[in-house]
Amino acid sequence: MAEAISDNAKWDAEASRARTRHLLSRVIIYGLLLVFAAIYLLPLAVVVMNSFRSLPEIAEHGLIAFPRSFEFDAWSDAWNSFCLNGACEGMKRNFFNSLWMTIPATIISTMLGAINGYVLSKWRFRGSEVLFTCMLLGVFMPGQVALMPWATILGAAGLSNSTAGLVLVHVIQGISFTTLFCRNYFVAIPDDLIKAARIDGAGFWRIFWKIILPLSPPILIVTVIWQFTGIWNEFLFGVVFTSGREQPITAALFALAGNQTNVREYDVMSAGVLIAALPPLLIYFFGGKYFVRGLTAGAIK
Amino acid sequence: MSIADHPTEAGPGWGERISRWVPFLVLAPSLAASFLYVFVFTGWTLYISLSDSSLLPSYGWVGLENYADLWASRRWNVAYRNLFLFSGFYVLGSIAIGLLLAVLIDQRIRGEATWRTIFLYPLAVSFIVTGTVWGWLYNPTAGIEFLVRGLGWEDFEFALTTSRQYAIYAIVITGIWQSSGFAMALFLAGLRSVDQDLIKAAQIDGASPFRIYRRVVLPSIAPIFIAVAVIMLQFAIKTFDLVIALTNGGPGTSTTFPAIYVYDLMFQRGQIAQGAAAAIMMLLALAVVLVPYTLWLVWRRSREAADG
Repeated sequence: MAEAISDNAKWDAEASRARTRHLLSRVIIYGLLLVFAAIYLLPLAVVVMNSFRSLPEIAEHGLIAFPRSFEFDAWSDAWNSFCLNGACEGMKRNFFNSLWMTIPATIISTMLGAINGYVLSKWRFRGSEVLFTCMLLGVFMPGQVALMPWATILGAAGLSNSTAGLVLVHVIQGISFTTLFCRNYFVAIPDDLIKAARIDGAGFWRIFWKIILPLSPPILIVTVIWQFTGIWNEFLFGVVFTSGREQPITAALFALAGNQTNVREYDVMSAGVLIAALPPLLIYFFGGKYFVRGLTAGAIK
Repeated sequence: MSIADHPTEAGPGWGERISRWVPFLVLAPSLAASFLYVFVFTGWTLYISLSDSSLLPSYGWVGLENYADLWASRRWNVAYRNLFLFSGFYVLGSIAIGLLLAVLIDQRIRGEATWRTIFLYPLAVSFIVTGTVWGWLYNPTAGIEFLVRGLGWEDFEFALTTSRQYAIYAIVITGIWQSSGFAMALFLAGLRSVDQDLIKAAQIDGASPFRIYRRVVLPSIAPIFIAVAVIMLQFAIKTFDLVIALTNGGPGTSTTFPAIYVYDLMFQRGQIAQGAAAAIMMLLALAVVLVPYTLWLVWRRSREAADG
């Protein structure tokens, strides 16, 4: 009996030590996560808060401080009336340039990618694997290598300094990504399904519309999100191939933030940063699952 | 007439012959565009790098002269030394922090999705946005230095971007901030794919969590380390927007990178040929990273296939 009691006590001591250790490790885990989360969120918090603060307040208390006043002037300034590249119409035009560049380029490159992926996975022909590999090289091409050729071609086609020119550039650059995504997804669709449809007399397009596309929404969403954020955020082509009013928003933001001549208007610049960052951020927050899936698929494959 | 009456006896009819070509015809425009983009553009830029182009492209042949000038340029030497320094810190830093975050998130924590969302969101915004905002944080009269000094630490220094010596570390920190979430996502996917039986067996043997990670989990996700390193190196070689927005290559030339050198020579200084030579060097650097990696992947796949 006495032995049993001491045994129990030993167990209790052991258990409470394990509990303490567990508690301690939990505290460390959540503590570390909180510290990192604070660092990751700091820049976002800074721009959000400063877009509502007044300039004198920022000058007095620095950029990293809670707002003492709420003003919305900075947003309307950044959108409507801030002077940029010699015109005082804010960033709204650049915002729409980006939109009219990103939407068509995303749709066209995704459609081409879906069809290419379908051919390269279900209608292989001799040499199609080699051709696929060659297309893939486009994924790794640094934009710098394409700058002079694009500048020459866009100039010759009368597309320099236009959103249409940027659409063309992004579609062709994007094909390799979209084809890669779709092809790798379609490969997993059983070939027997296709064979059965062919025996039933379905042709190339019928199989695409009736079998492949209905199975495609997950990969199409991944591709669209990937292309949209990538094209919206692109800077090099935008700044090289367009100027002034035709620039996409990334280039305009750079001009706005790099403008060192006047007093730095952090409030307006913060609103500008958010205007440039909001579309991809919204997509990320609402389609995060697909965003991550595209990220890992694009990276590991 | 008889052929038209009995198309099946005369071999495939026109319709079928055309339909056999449909897949190829559908693929052809994209193939042509990709071929143009990958091979023609590379060849074109290579040719410009061997030409006497200056303010405008011109096609007189000068051989390797531009490459000699490039490697004799002090600024180019700064640029590629910066690339090495940046790549080392950036890749190792992203891997270390990404792995730490992945391991933390893998501890059956509450609100996992929220934590992941927080660590990954920087990846959704452009480098221009990131660079702009971090540029403010490094600003000594308004940013982190101002904040910490205001809290009482009077000689705290964090004005990295205005220092020739330390500006590159500002880029490293910001780069890691932007992409460690990406490393985290890849590592987390890897951690989740580790065979749970292996871990259980180690637990039954009484191995400590730390030991299990070191001996069982991490070795089995070794390929992910390599994948992350290769992808990060690729980012590093292409680094452009972030530097432009954060330091614009300065102070002086202290944060010049190859991609910035290309842009600067082509569009600011009218030395297109030498800029093209620098672009070709960037392509070579990418090849040095990607070709061995691809070969390794192929080798691994064939070995797996051989092992059944």
